[in-house]
Amino acid sequence: MDITILYYLVPSLIMFCCGVYGFITRRNMIAMLISLELMLNAVDINFVVFNRFLYPENMEGMFFTLFAIAIAAAETALAIAIIINVFRSAKNISVSDLSKMKH
Amino acid sequence: MESVGSIIMYLVIALSIILFSVLTVTTRKILRSATFLLFTLFATAALYFKLDYEFLGAVQIAVYAGGIVVLFVFSIFLTTHPGDSSEKLVSKKKVLGVFAALLTFAVAAFALLYRCGMALTKLPEMENPKMHEIGTALMGTGEYQYLLPFEAISVLLLACIIGGVVVARKR
Repeated sequence: MDITILYYLVPSLIMFCCGVYGFITRRNMIAMLISLELMLNAVDINFVVFNRFLYPENMEGMFFTLFAIAIAAAETALAIAIIINVFRSAKNISVSDLSKMKH
Repeated sequence: MESVGSIIMYLVIALSIILFSVLTVTTRKILRSATFLLFTLFATAALYFKLDYEFLGAVQIAVYAGGIVVLFVFSIFLTTHPGDSSEKLVSKKKVLGVFAALLTFAVAAFALLYRCGMALTKLPEMENPKMHEIGTALMGTGEYQYLLPFEAISVLLLACIIGGVVVARKR
């Protein structure tokens, strides 16, 4: 049995679909952020796998993943700062209860 | 032909990625969700190690598992009671979520099968990228070198620090 590129893309695709499902069904902001993290991670895997299988002599996919990881870290830190601020003023981080800024 | 050990390794990694990412979005306790996310990220790091990108696997463990998950756990402790479970899902919302996930799956699976010639590419031979090559590629300005994105990331991180302090400080 040969492990072809498809065998790596399918787990990453399932991971991405889990992220989509969680992002839509979860009401807690941190849980939504966790789902977002899953989706980002699935995309990272795709970059690395395509780099490794199709262009093994280059390192573009690897560097793109490195930068994507750094951006994901920055984005998560900022999002959590916002979530904590929202919690401080609303005492809740469920998106269905946060309707104050809608008007 | 792959060796048996490599196939077993692949099976363990792929199954744990699938299992833990499903558990991350289906468990109702938020702290468990963060823990399963940690396991998913570890499985991803193992995948990078298996594909011969040792540096990337190390970065994945250090930044994701060491940084982001800790951040998640702290913010969970600050904002929710850890024992609480989220309320039961309304079936309408569940159906919507499953529908969106299946739609994504169908589109991506169609793209995969449509390109089936590419999908059967075998693992080519590759030398592990050496630390020296990674360092010169990260610090050069020539072709296939990444000094500019590197500096842009450092500015982004600075902006992120300032933004985090401004957003989260007490008024």
